[in-house]
Amino acid sequence: MQKITKEMLIDKATELLNNGTVSLVLGWKKGEYDYDVTPGVFESVEELKKDFVFGDFSAANLSKYLVKKTEKLEGKILVFLKPCDTYSFNQLLTEHRFDREKVYAVGVQCDGMVDIEKVKKIAGDGILSVDCNGEDIVVKTLYNDDMTIAKADVLAERCANCKSKKHVAYDELLGESGEVIDSNRFDEVEKLEKMTADERFAFWQNELSKCIRCNACRDACPACTCEKCVFNNPNSGVENKSPANSFEEKLFHIIRAYHVAGRCTDCGECSRVCPQNIPLHLLNRKFIKDINEFYGEYQAGAEVGSRAPLVDYTLNDLEPGEVFDRGDENA
Amino acid sequence: MRKIVLEKIDLLFEAISNTMSLYLPVDQNDGKAAYTKWEEGKKWSEALNTVKSPKDFFFPQTEDMMEFKVEGKNIEVIDTRKASEDFVVFGVRACDVKAFDILDKVFLVDPCDSYYATKREHGIIVAVACNKPSETCFCSAFGIDAADPKADVSAWKTENELYLQANTEKGEKLLKALENVTEEATEEKVTEQKEQIAKIMKKLPLADLDTSKFGGGKTDEFFNSPEWEELSESCLGCGTCTFVCPTCQCYDIKDFNTGNGVIRYRCWDSCMYSDFTRMAHGNNRNSQKERFRQRFMHKLVYYPENNEGIFGCVGCGRCVSRCPISMNIVKVMKNLGGKENE
Ligand code: SF4
Ligand code: SF4
Ligand code: SF4
Ligand code: SF4
Repeated sequence: MQKITKEMLIDKATELLNNGTVSLVLGWKKGEYDYDVTPGVFESVEELKKDFVFGDFSAANLSKYLVKKTEKLEGKILVFLKPCDTYSFNQLLTEHRFDREKVYAVGVQCDGMVDIEKVKKIAGDGILSVDCNGEDIVVKTLYNDDMTIAKADVLAERCANCKSKKHVAYDELLGESGEVIDSNRFDEVEKLEKMTADERFAFWQNELSKCIRCNACRDACPACTCEKCVFNNPNSGVENKSPANSFEEKLFHIIRAYHVAGRCTDCGECSRVCPQNIPLHLLNRKFIKDINEFYGEYQAGAEVGSRAPLVDYTLNDLEPGEVFDRGDENA
Repeated sequence: MRKIVLEKIDLLFEAISNTMSLYLPVDQNDGKAAYTKWEEGKKWSEALNTVKSPKDFFFPQTEDMMEFKVEGKNIEVIDTRKASEDFVVFGVRACDVKAFDILDKVFLVDPCDSYYATKREHGIIVAVACNKPSETCFCSAFGIDAADPKADVSAWKTENELYLQANTEKGEKLLKALENVTEEATEEKVTEQKEQIAKIMKKLPLADLDTSKFGGGKTDEFFNSPEWEELSESCLGCGTCTFVCPTCQCYDIKDFNTGNGVIRYRCWDSCMYSDFTRMAHGNNRNSQKERFRQRFMHKLVYYPENNEGIFGCVGCGRCVSRCPISMNIVKVMKNLGGKENE
């Protein structure tokens, strides 16, 4: 497999800007360090040359930005999408959140993204540079000798359990597109299912009590694109900025998980952005797993226009009574 | 100056806990530290700092202010303020100690905020020097000395010992009460440690961050800077930066309907939110760019303007490491005029 470099993306973007296919480029901008990459818009080749980066820290899923960035756009915007991002892209299209005609999508081959927190756990704090060279990562820090770490050991959770290397949407591909993967992403969910109701409650109580209600999970989530979230609407009666009491704090997450059930593509952004490292993806994966078991395999965003089982009806659908009985079993 | 060997540090914690609550950074199951009440078995974290700052102790994320009970035509107003007892917050870093000063200037000026003041009176802070600052630290840009944190008690961790020095009456009282578990010490090791830290501070990637462009009176210079557009373009408006920040001080006051009355509480607010300072006529900051600008202008221009030039940021680096899109005050400072000094 060929290695995809940032130069290849810059060349592609330059070509598409120069030949007039697109007027803007949505990509990743370099930061202060090697790992703090920011999503951003580029208007010119000069800007691309100056700040564009692509690499093991281009984790941010850019698809949700298309909603805002295409609103008043004349012409087209180029967006780079990793395989998992293409599922979000399709799901947004299914929900008519942006105009496909305004977007030129380039699928980018992905070898997995690195989690800087995991790097720090091994190499220590005081990171001076992180050099990603395929399989190995060389880390320089203030306090330890240079260290070479296997990339596999510091992959982001969602990448270690990648569900698909296949790009389900693109106008053009850079590098290769892979296959849907039979991943281990439900292993952790199964562990939770095996717990007693009390243990499970304690698990989530412990995790969710850390929540600071910053809403980063919701704000980064490509399935959360309501113009005004009910939790931000002072007229809704449930608007809140802070975990006023633990009841509210837990409900927020359960309501959100229900709201995105069947629409969540398992892109992993919620867990990635949570400042408190709450494993939010486990809530969503529980829904995905249940949907798969009850209604047959369904992957949100695999194709544009598919009807999620929870908003569809077929004669084979599970009877509510079966769900009820199952609740009893797990009590 | 007093000292205790690190092996016996739990004796110190136990001795404090015998008379009052003690809070200190403890590792959570995700490996990140959070202030936790000490009890036997809890270990003081090795982490440089906590994800959430210690401002919670004095300005909690949510806090009941009063309660109203309705019975027929009567409304009873209940004061929910509790008499606070003394407590110790141990292991606070120099940046976070300085952040308390910044909050004091907001909450303790006339009219004094009694909720905050009571807790502040009862809180005893033990600050610890930073042996291994992170690449995201830039306290020195704001004149803070990570090697010499000034709180009720200052502490230094050397290889085998913890040195303690009282700076205030409260601190002296605390150390006096701990005389049984600590021993008299000289300053040599501490001086060495301070020199060591000073050397590291110079090597930090943000050691030369320049603040001289900012300060009071600079509103006109920066308010309409073209850079705000690009800096804020991908901000999610999540407010993570404001909630992890030790100096962000804005709050909202809300009513919670209890069925037969109301609990009036306050909770942290964020200038990054769409209903922040919303008034009857609507909102005066309608775009994320305006909200984003507010946060940084407040720290770098408005706060110093009202507080003798003191900046509203202490360089703790929390917003640097926790923002989901890696946008932060450092990038703002460098792009809004710090660039030529890089
Ligand atoms: S991102 Fe994490 S801390 Fe913030 S609201 Fe979501 S779960 Fe809570
Ligand atoms: S700057 Fe970052 S942390 Fe702050 S609101 Fe914007 S996205 Fe969230
Ligand atoms: S603005 Fe950022 S660096 Fe400054 S005190 Fe707040 S969280 Fe820390
Ligand atoms: S910013 Fe300074 S005081 Fe704060 S943790 Fe870093 S080195 Fe210590």
